[in-house]
Amino acid sequence: MSYSATAHHDEHHDHPTGIMRWFTTTNHKDIGTMYLIFSLIMFMVGGFMILAVRAELFQPGMQLMQPEFYNQLIGVHALIMIFAALMPAATGFANWMLPLQLGAPDMALPRLNNWGFWLLPPAAILLTLPFALALIGIGDGAIATGWTFYAPLSTQGGIGVDFAIFAVHILGISSVMGSINVIVTIFNMRAPGMTLMKMPIFAWGWLITAFLLIATIPVLAGAVTMLLTDRHFGTHFFSAAGGGDPILFQHLFWFFGHPEVYIVLLPVWGFMPQILQTFSRKPMYGYKAQVYSLWAIGVLSLVVWAHHFFTVGMPIPALVYFMFSTMAISLPLAVLFFCWIATIWRGSMTFETPMLFAIGWIILFGIGGLTGLVLADVAADAQYHHTYFVVAHFHYTLFAGGIMGIMAGVYYWLPKMTGHMYSETLGKWHFWLTAISFNLTFIPQFFLGLAGMPRRIPDYALQFADFNAVSTVAAFVLGLAQLIFIYNVVQCARGGKKATDRVWEGAEGLEWTLPSPPPYHSFTVQPVIK
Amino acid sequence: MATHSENQYFVPTPSLYPVFMSVGILTLASGFIFSINNYNAGNWMMISGAALIVLMTFFWMGKVIAENQSGVYKHWEDKSFRWGMIAFICSEIAFFAAFFGALFYMRIISVPELAGFDPDFTMHKDFTDAWPSLGPGGDVIRYGGALETYAPPSNFSPMGAWGLPAINTLILLISGATITWAHWGLLKNNRKQLVLGMFLTVVLGIAFLLCQAYEYHHAYTDLGLTLGAGAYGSTFFMLTGFHGFHVTLGTIMLIVILLRCMKGHFTPDRHFGFEGVAWYWHFVDVVWLGLFIFVYWL
Repeated sequence: MSYSATAHHDEHHDHPTGIMRWFTTTNHKDIGTMYLIFSLIMFMVGGFMILAVRAELFQPGMQLMQPEFYNQLIGVHALIMIFAALMPAATGFANWMLPLQLGAPDMALPRLNNWGFWLLPPAAILLTLPFALALIGIGDGAIATGWTFYAPLSTQGGIGVDFAIFAVHILGISSVMGSINVIVTIFNMRAPGMTLMKMPIFAWGWLITAFLLIATIPVLAGAVTMLLTDRHFGTHFFSAAGGGDPILFQHLFWFFGHPEVYIVLLPVWGFMPQILQTFSRKPMYGYKAQVYSLWAIGVLSLVVWAHHFFTVGMPIPALVYFMFSTMAISLPLAVLFFCWIATIWRGSMTFETPMLFAIGWIILFGIGGLTGLVLADVAADAQYHHTYFVVAHFHYTLFAGGIMGIMAGVYYWLPKMTGHMYSETLGKWHFWLTAISFNLTFIPQFFLGLAGMPRRIPDYALQFADFNAVSTVAAFVLGLAQLIFIYNVVQCARGGKKATDRVWEGAEGLEWTLPSPPPYHSFTVQPVIK
Repeated sequence: MATHSENQYFVPTPSLYPVFMSVGILTLASGFIFSINNYNAGNWMMISGAALIVLMTFFWMGKVIAENQSGVYKHWEDKSFRWGMIAFICSEIAFFAAFFGALFYMRIISVPELAGFDPDFTMHKDFTDAWPSLGPGGDVIRYGGALETYAPPSNFSPMGAWGLPAINTLILLISGATITWAHWGLLKNNRKQLVLGMFLTVVLGIAFLLCQAYEYHHAYTDLGLTLGAGAYGSTFFMLTGFHGFHVTLGTIMLIVILLRCMKGHFTPDRHFGFEGVAWYWHFVDVVWLGLFIFVYWL
């Protein structure tokens, strides 16, 4: 059964059509689609911002913009990429795939699910509106503190900081609502017979993500609330004059901020083994070991936050504790890497686009992980802190580990979602251009950082010029390569070769037992797992 | 979606409430931002945004109650609400943890550190490590770069624990008992006990809020304890203020449940709405115990 008359019929019988369908929908696939499209749009917006930044950095001196505007661009770029591109993409996959993989009729709380999505556009408006308001003379632009809001810089900033504070609040509500939905769906909506240890590992990844979100997003909300009252209502959380401390903000922020890295990565670690096993035509290696490792990383991520500000001045025992606890994360992560490689080891591999992205992801994310180990070393970090080494490191984790992982997932599930095959040729072009230009963008930044170029500064010394020029050119190639991706996705959504139910020869799991695309209401009667 | 057998999960029909709720939040948030940045149009945006949120909450919850009364929520859906409420209360705990964290950080780290500077290198030689602390005083830069000089209020005295706060503790603890007593009434299908217990809980909730309002008034007029009174004032008002906000929400929820009890809603075996609010009320109660111990007492 494929895209048939029945499927067509049931798209019209119990929900509004046109734009109202999307405003009012309680269907997990519609909501998942909206999350993914929103994520793609914001990925482009954030990308344009950083290309402007890279253009400014093409050569030393100030050419295109004022330093203040530069600061706004990098801060909003990061906030958009993390909160409005990566997290919604992961939530989009959760919405689309968790009910299918668990054999559930829908997400557990469908109306709340709709709200979770429709909180995102207001937050995106709040993040970007200050740019427009500055043009008509209100305020002085968006938040210019970087995405980390560090006090006391953020207590002094203009109206853009207030907008960002409320954007973060709204994004936080959205994330918590999404997490509640995921937790409830996983605990309550699994098909009969699917015990927790029989769940697809994507569900484990997302379950731990949801726990982390529930535990940390409210702390961020608390931190930015304190910031708001410090700015406008005379409190002294972050002012030493009143007995507070700017460093308190860093503790609160990174108590959220470090788990946030895993919040972005855990969903990817969830579906990546499924992609690897599909294209290796072998069972997944070490399912249990992976589940336990995911848990270990999730729990450890809550107790390592201060490694983000080793240089701020902490007692030696604190430095030692945060260094070793951070390095301890590499143990379960190494287990995961071992399992991923063992899964493809001696498999009969084929290299369709999702597999290319998955293999590239293992290597590049591996570099991100290893450079993180360098930064976790207190003595080394004293040298590398706040340099381009850090920028390169977290782009290897968040772009390679996060976004390239998401792209693997998009190519993997796109035929299932749309019912059509994407263009394999364009997909391969997209992968190779992305992988090569990504490395050419960020490998020079490792060297710039090692040579001491500070991050977040719009101008730089002459000796950094060549590497910056390379990085900028490569960044533009990277940006243009994503246009192939968009074209490919749009073409695939509009039509193309029909996808089979199973799509990939080696694909395992409940989602592949349904037609491509799945009917509007999937699994109204739950399958029984033996 | 006319029929629902026991093994079919209830998926609500398409709804516009969430979108309007988000529009309300956007309007309220941007109105608030404009207002605190001295654009007067913000006040009107805040009022309309808040009105929209209240209206949508009313419709949305009304829809949930109507769905419940029509019997579409079975055991399976009920379990979802239970898990959902537990996860939500966990997120609330994390929110309060941030402010408790700030309190402990100030008491254990930042105030002792400020008091521990070498006298040769600090302008505040007589600042000592003691709690409650108002901070050493000095320059503070507020938003937009406005420089203000902060001097700790001289007429300050902290809020004692064993006056009104102790009475408030008693009020909340008793309200925890009365809501449990009401629950027993519901389980025995003794509607009189249920309604009376709920009524007493609402009265106690309102009494708590009135005491808090009086306490804030007392703090501002007699004690020199304001939001701007250094580390102590910041943590005192933010912690008790957010707690009071949660008690307010909880009381409104209790009133809704009371009215539903009076209309004859809930059965001895199916009453998650009641239980969810009761859980929330106990959570608010437990947070208060933390406040009483660490903010008022120790």
